Amino acid sequence: MAQAGISQQASVQKDDSMLRQKNMLSDYYRRVASAHEEGKKIVYTYVPGNLAELFLSFDLVPVYPEINSLQSGMRKKSARYIQAAEKIGHSEDVCSYVKSDIGMMLEGNIGPTGERIPEPDLLFLSYTGCFTFLKWFENLAQHYRAQMILLQTPYQGDGKITENMKRYMVRQLREEIIPQLESFSGKKFDEDRLREMLARSARAEEDLVAVLQSARHRPSPIDAYFGAVYYIAPIFTAFRGTQECVDYYASLRAEVEERVALGLGPVTPEGPLSQERYRLVIEGTQCWTHFREFWKMFYDEGAVAVASSYSKVGGLYDTGFRHDPNDPLGTLAQYCMGCYTNLNLPTRVELLEQYIREYQADGFLVNSIKSCNSFSAGQLLMLRELEKRTGKPGGFIESDLVDPRYFSAANIKTRLESYLQMIDQKRSGKVQ
Amino acid sequence: MSTSSNRSRTLEEVVQYCESLYEDTKLQCVQRWKAAEAGRRAIGFMPVYVPRELIYAAGVLPVGLMGGSDRVEIIKGDAYYQSYICHIPRSTIEMALSHYLDDLDGLLCPSICDVIRNLSGMWKLLFPDRLCRYLDFPQNFTPEVGGAYYRRELEELLADLERLSGRKVSEGELNRCIELYNHNRELVEQLYDLRAKQPWLVPTIESYLLLRAGNLLPVEEHNELLENYLREVPGSHRRQMDNIRVFLIGSFCEQPPLGLIRTLEKAGCYIVDDDFVLTSRWLTRPVEPGPDPLGRLCKAYLETSTFHSSKYEGPQPKPKLLLEQIARRRADGVVFCAPSFCDPALLDQPMYMRALDEAGIAHTSFKYAENTGQFQNIREQVGTFSDSIKLWGAPSPVRT
Ligand code: SF4
Ligand code: SF4
Repeated sequence: MAQAGISQQASVQKDDSMLRQKNMLSDYYRRVASAHEEGKKIVYTYVPGNLAELFLSFDLVPVYPEINSLQSGMRKKSARYIQAAEKIGHSEDVCSYVKSDIGMMLEGNIGPTGERIPEPDLLFLSYTGCFTFLKWFENLAQHYRAQMILLQTPYQGDGKITENMKRYMVRQLREEIIPQLESFSGKKFDEDRLREMLARSARAEEDLVAVLQSARHRPSPIDAYFGAVYYIAPIFTAFRGTQECVDYYASLRAEVEERVALGLGPVTPEGPLSQERYRLVIEGTQCWTHFREFWKMFYDEGAVAVASSYSKVGGLYDTGFRHDPNDPLGTLAQYCMGCYTNLNLPTRVELLEQYIREYQADGFLVNSIKSCNSFSAGQLLMLRELEKRTGKPGGFIESDLVDPRYFSAANIKTRLESYLQMIDQKRSGKVQ
Repeated sequence: MSTSSNRSRTLEEVVQYCESLYEDTKLQCVQRWKAAEAGRRAIGFMPVYVPRELIYAAGVLPVGLMGGSDRVEIIKGDAYYQSYICHIPRSTIEMALSHYLDDLDGLLCPSICDVIRNLSGMWKLLFPDRLCRYLDFPQNFTPEVGGAYYRRELEELLADLERLSGRKVSEGELNRCIELYNHNRELVEQLYDLRAKQPWLVPTIESYLLLRAGNLLPVEEHNELLENYLREVPGSHRRQMDNIRVFLIGSFCEQPPLGLIRTLEKAGCYIVDDDFVLTSRWLTRPVEPGPDPLGRLCKAYLETSTFHSSKYEGPQPKPKLLLEQIARRRADGVVFCAPSFCDPALLDQPMYMRALDEAGIAHTSFKYAENTGQFQNIREQVGTFSDSIKLWGAPSPVRT
């Protein structure tokens, strides 16, 4: 079926927020590339549970190897990088983000703008919701011989954050991490500066939530899985806590609210989607090597993601959490522990169940990623549970983050089409 | 709490007994142990480590679960896991759904990887009435920070266990159990030392089965079994072979099939150290005696835990620690023997390989699943590895 829901437009206009984001990112990569010349220090760190505000308060420049890997995937470079990593002994079986990053490093560490990403002065290992992070940085530490600092985020094994967990994180921050960052950066910890940043984070978070929750409207003005990649990028990475970030989310929110007022659907790479035929909740991360192609399979069918778990990996805000400037360390702890993959499976099921109901979804779909045990182990049970609890049909697709060997377009398309047919049948009452 | 018979066994009888326990996938021995006294409880735990002293002191038998080996046919488990996830969680789910684990009153999932972590959530969804705890071990080893956190986690675990058994744990009882497990660790260390010294006397298949027996038996009985074996084995008149000495690494969670362990030995390798069944060797020194036993268990974890894939050791020391251990055991080479799709084990390998290459130590690597049935390729690969070390010392790496 050819692009049933796409309005016929000669060219695709870019929203103001998109241009703004593009500029923010190129500025950022320039800052990264010139950091050492400007006497700034580079900290490699991870997206889930990242402490952007804390780094920025020390004037450190954070770099996110996951983002580099996803960019390599989108730029079709990851296959070669993965091969380079496998050549030095990395197994075919392990997370492709790690291998793509290591391969990129082996081939000169050229980032998405064509500039070289400098070596890390510090590896800040905050492993929220993923054990592979530990292994990844151990490998990088051997290559770069870099200093490493660890922040442990306890897992919500019982579906809650206990006092002990919070105390542990705050003590790590206060008694070890901050003094280590002080001596590493040569700067005194400025708690007031951190508070100001956290207040700005909260403002941007408020707007992000409004954007994500706009998908409750019919039609949804956003795509909360594919499109959301753009919406979450600044706040999940190096910008949280900055004024740029606040401005970006304010303008994004205004655009989305305007779309709601006009009754418009989401913007796709080929223009606005005019006909929303399926409303889906999507669980799982992304397939970057075929991001456009994969998305097209959805919008060609008029399938829109109204909520996703992927848009919560770098912070779960729609259940109420906001960074709190009045409790700077406590709030950082709370934030880290609340990220999506740090929730246990029953909580993940409850959250998705809530999304299916609140966003009036026709069904939910799992994009199971070969690389990512943190997301994927248990998804088949989640699928069963959600079907049982909501009575909505569940679909299952398999792909990979940045290893193109695991993307089979024909297979995915067939699965998606038969899944959407299942929704149709369910609607027409042919299937109970 | 022991069900020990106190009867001394011959060497063959010890091994046969261990084999029968290995084959007891339905945990009948646990059922018998529970039936012997009203109110007894048992709890399963996944690899790698849990503080068994604490569990046993609460009147609960700690039962080590290491998958279904090649003895459990997977019928239901595959519907719960994608093909690219290792095998141990699917056999664990298979056994649980097939009622093999009904005698367990709960499950403990230590923080070793995301698969085991998520298994804790699956257990909660599938068996909401049975206790399930995820044990998040500290990665910060400062007593006032990671230590304080760990202590509180152990207190919560203890409270759960006490609720399960209906029995309050006294300091005296905890101290008694610490001593029992200290003795257990000492005996296991003797076994490993003996094997490293005279590997022809202690085939790895036997040391392995002995350790696996410790997953199921009450510690008193396991101690007797180890003593029995150590008493009998020096008189066994086993012949020394012209094998190389290897350090085997990567098999700490999902286990290789017995046939694979036999194959390695037949292919010309004496395994002089390994990371099988690490629970019994996790703490490398005895837990100190004295007051506040819970505090001493925490301290032992912080100060004496072995190095491991899932544990943070600082920026770069793991390869160094491996090299030290290789030197201590006088190993000629390293065999990387890891389960397919095991991120923790497989992501260690490139780091270790680089350090080994720099040190001129030979290595070879292959993967397995717990139900792998064919070992011909591995036999050939390891045979070549062993021959090349015998002929030339350190060969260039052999990999598959
Ligand atoms: S396993 Fe998943 S969460 Fe962890 S690094 Fe890989 S993709 Fe990220
Ligand atoms: S075999 Fe490896 S990946 Fe699988 S559960 Fe065990 S440690 Fe985790």
